[in-house]
Amino acid sequence: MKTIPVETTINGDSAEFLCHADESLLDVLRDRLGLTGAKEGCGTGDCGACSVMLNGRVVCSCLVLGVEAQGAEVETIEGMANGEELHPLQRIFLEEAALQCGVCTPGILVAAKALLEKNPDPTDTELRYWLAGNLCRCTGYDKIIKAVQTAAAEMRSA
Amino acid sequence: MAFDAQAERNFKVVGTRVTRPDGIDKVTGKAAYGADVSAPGMLHGRILRSPHAHARIVSIDTSAAKALTGVKAVVTGTDLAQPEDEAFADVAINCLARDKVLYDGHAVAAVAATSKAIAKQAIRLIKVNYEKLPHVTDVDEAMKPDAPVVQEGRALETVPAGMSQNVTTHCQFGHGDLEAGFAKADKIIERSFKTAATHQGYIEPQACMASLGSDGRGEVWCCTQGQYMVRANCAAALGVEESQLRITASEIGGGFGGKTSTFIEPVALALSRKAGKPVKIVMTRDEVLKATGPTISTSMDIKIGMTKDGRITAARGELRYSGGAYPNATVDMGAQAAFAAYDLEAVETVGWNAMTNRPKEIPYRAPGAPTAIYAVESVVDELCQELGLDPLDVRLMNAARKGTRSSYGPTFNEIGLVATLEAAKAHPHYTAPLGPNQGRGLSCGFWFNFGGNTCVSLNINDDGTIGVVEGNPDIGGSRASISMMAAEELGVPYDKVRTVIADTSSLGFNDITDGSRVTFAVGLATIEAARAAIKEMCRRVAKIWDIDEEAVIWEDGCAKPAGPNAGTHPPMTLAEIAAIAGKTGGPIAGHHEVNADGAGVSFGVHLCDTEVDRETGAVKILRYTVFQDAGKAVHPDYVEGQMQGGAVQGIGWALNEEYIYGEDGRLQNAGFLDYRVPVASDLPPIETVILEIPNPGHPYGVRGVGETPIVPPLAAVSNAVSRAAGVRMTELPMSPPRLLKAMTG
Ligand code: FES
Ligand code: FES
Repeated sequence: MKTIPVETTINGDSAEFLCHADESLLDVLRDRLGLTGAKEGCGTGDCGACSVMLNGRVVCSCLVLGVEAQGAEVETIEGMANGEELHPLQRIFLEEAALQCGVCTPGILVAAKALLEKNPDPTDTELRYWLAGNLCRCTGYDKIIKAVQTAAAEMRSA
Repeated sequence: MAFDAQAERNFKVVGTRVTRPDGIDKVTGKAAYGADVSAPGMLHGRILRSPHAHARIVSIDTSAAKALTGVKAVVTGTDLAQPEDEAFADVAINCLARDKVLYDGHAVAAVAATSKAIAKQAIRLIKVNYEKLPHVTDVDEAMKPDAPVVQEGRALETVPAGMSQNVTTHCQFGHGDLEAGFAKADKIIERSFKTAATHQGYIEPQACMASLGSDGRGEVWCCTQGQYMVRANCAAALGVEESQLRITASEIGGGFGGKTSTFIEPVALALSRKAGKPVKIVMTRDEVLKATGPTISTSMDIKIGMTKDGRITAARGELRYSGGAYPNATVDMGAQAAFAAYDLEAVETVGWNAMTNRPKEIPYRAPGAPTAIYAVESVVDELCQELGLDPLDVRLMNAARKGTRSSYGPTFNEIGLVATLEAAKAHPHYTAPLGPNQGRGLSCGFWFNFGGNTCVSLNINDDGTIGVVEGNPDIGGSRASISMMAAEELGVPYDKVRTVIADTSSLGFNDITDGSRVTFAVGLATIEAARAAIKEMCRRVAKIWDIDEEAVIWEDGCAKPAGPNAGTHPPMTLAEIAAIAGKTGGPIAGHHEVNADGAGVSFGVHLCDTEVDRETGAVKILRYTVFQDAGKAVHPDYVEGQMQGGAVQGIGWALNEEYIYGEDGRLQNAGFLDYRVPVASDLPPIETVILEIPNPGHPYGVRGVGETPIVPPLAAVSNAVSRAAGVRMTELPMSPPRLLKAMTG
């Protein structure tokens, strides 16, 4: 099968890659670009472990084709911290033990950040519905919800 | 090892909420899990699986797959060794079937190719000629004498003659005169229960990268709960020596028991040996659900007699578990755990395991206990309802305590059940008002907790920092708790310690991360290793000061002269001692190897409020509180995390999760869309109350905490739903159609 050249922007840097027409964005990120922060938990859009931002929207990158990144802006977990400085969500997830195994964490952080950019002061219910597409099997979600709320409060007062 | 009398001391590090050492990598996407590594020249492996529940493999034609450009190796069952040991043989046969496929999803062949796409294409070109056989997927059906036989000749000698060959295990526990006990009861309730198989549901599918040379030397990188277990399984399946395999555990994306076995590593090694290149295999979610995990499915009868004031006079349970297509002993643990929360004069539990055409059961958090205790706690709740008794008071009245002869034999030492029940009773949740269609349920839970084989090596670095090397994959923050215990014992700050997980060639044997053993057993070995290092440091300092070794004590991270010598020398810090180690006898280290016992059982009590929707049968969890005796909570955040995570897994088991098999014996819901685990919007906050009843078997009083919290939710939710719906539920999961049917009759 022939590969297709794609030009895109990933975490603010321009990137070019070749991929097959049927290759998912998740596979491109992980296998071709070495960005393994997004995880494949299901490959069918049901777990959210592969969440990334595509043109400002959270998407399951397992359901997006690599070629759809042409001309787009992609943001992944690898772009969330500013150098050494963690994003408040990342820092507070650590401080409040909102992760156990951590495999759901990149997807949840990406999704939570997207929500807070739209709605800086969500209710717990809004937050729980927003994150309903991100499965976490370890934590029971309690500490995740609390950590996002702590981060939201801190970001509002910043 | 005994509990330190001095453990009443004020801990400086243990009990605080420090940041975990692997945290930054995990919030920035850098942490390397099973599927996250690649190697130069690496091939991609893919496995062909049986579409049949039960069939004889007549022939396998791999020629077309081999001929495909880019395919570098194809393997089938005959490429693996046939280990003599039955347990190893089962693992090998489960990795690649030989004569028969035993369930839908059983692996039959695998390919390695230069790309994922080619590998996928290649397995479609493999032609397997099957002769279908009759199948059985229900445990009660499987026990009938005329049931299709899954495997022949696998029954243990404890199984009475004349039963179906599917029945492999029979066990019995208890004491006292049941007949006399039931005669004393004012009310006897006997009920039958069924529970569906569920899956551990870890978000990271099994993944590995493996390389094996023709000289028998190999390397494996994989996500596992036990690299030494992987080594043993791979060595047996490949017919190579353990010393020649080096297994490295990746970061692990959840396990819950599900990663205590081996599914793909031997296949990847076999492919690699043929192809002469490293091979990576990553399972799909569909494969994970079809061929790994799940837990047992069950059918159970429970009979309990009670006096009208709430004393249990006798109790009997009969458990029929199916652990899929292979023998297993999970029912033993269920039968032992069933009545563990009660102080009983007369009790008997009988267990059976029957094989079915389902995937091989793999432990899931407190294996065997949640289902048995669900059935027992449901009957206790119904008795309380019938007799008009408070369910917490009844449990308190009958609770096992120190000195109780447990239902499975041993006499309990210091246990926290009564304190836990009292905490639940005193909590505002227990008396909060309920509205219409709402109900409150409670349940006790129990887990034995494991100790086991453990090696730890602790190095005092020349700059005064500490390296701890341990051999148990860190599944939920154990590197933090191990570092904390090392820091506590040595009297150094937590951030001076770094704990790493060794590969199999770098440290002696360790049992798998299971049974809530790591914080207990690895912690214990770490403390002992630290004490060995302290002893050596004191010896060195005694030499420098030219006083008796016994005259040097260790306090606050320093060696100090004691007794008659007190004050004669200024204290020497660990860093000062470390800096001159080369001049005082060489590097300083401590190590400890142990088969730890004294893990100390753990009890929990859960309270759950639910509301049922009478039109749809849907259940909403309104409020949930977990009470648990954790022994000394080393890192309270992660103790709470275990309690919350376990509770939610149990809620999923109670309400939604189930393996659904069709008439054809095929799994109908092998995906997260149809196998529905709880999501954030299904749940309220999970409140936690930690009780700290020190475990007499650990120097700091630590108990395992990970398993117990999955045990009570099944009955806590079921009791709440039964009370809210006004109908006693006896089958899990209580999915909306099932509950609706029960409510509408
Ligand atoms: S991997 Fe994309 S949603 Fe699960
Ligand atoms: S922390 Fe393990 S899945 Fe969320």
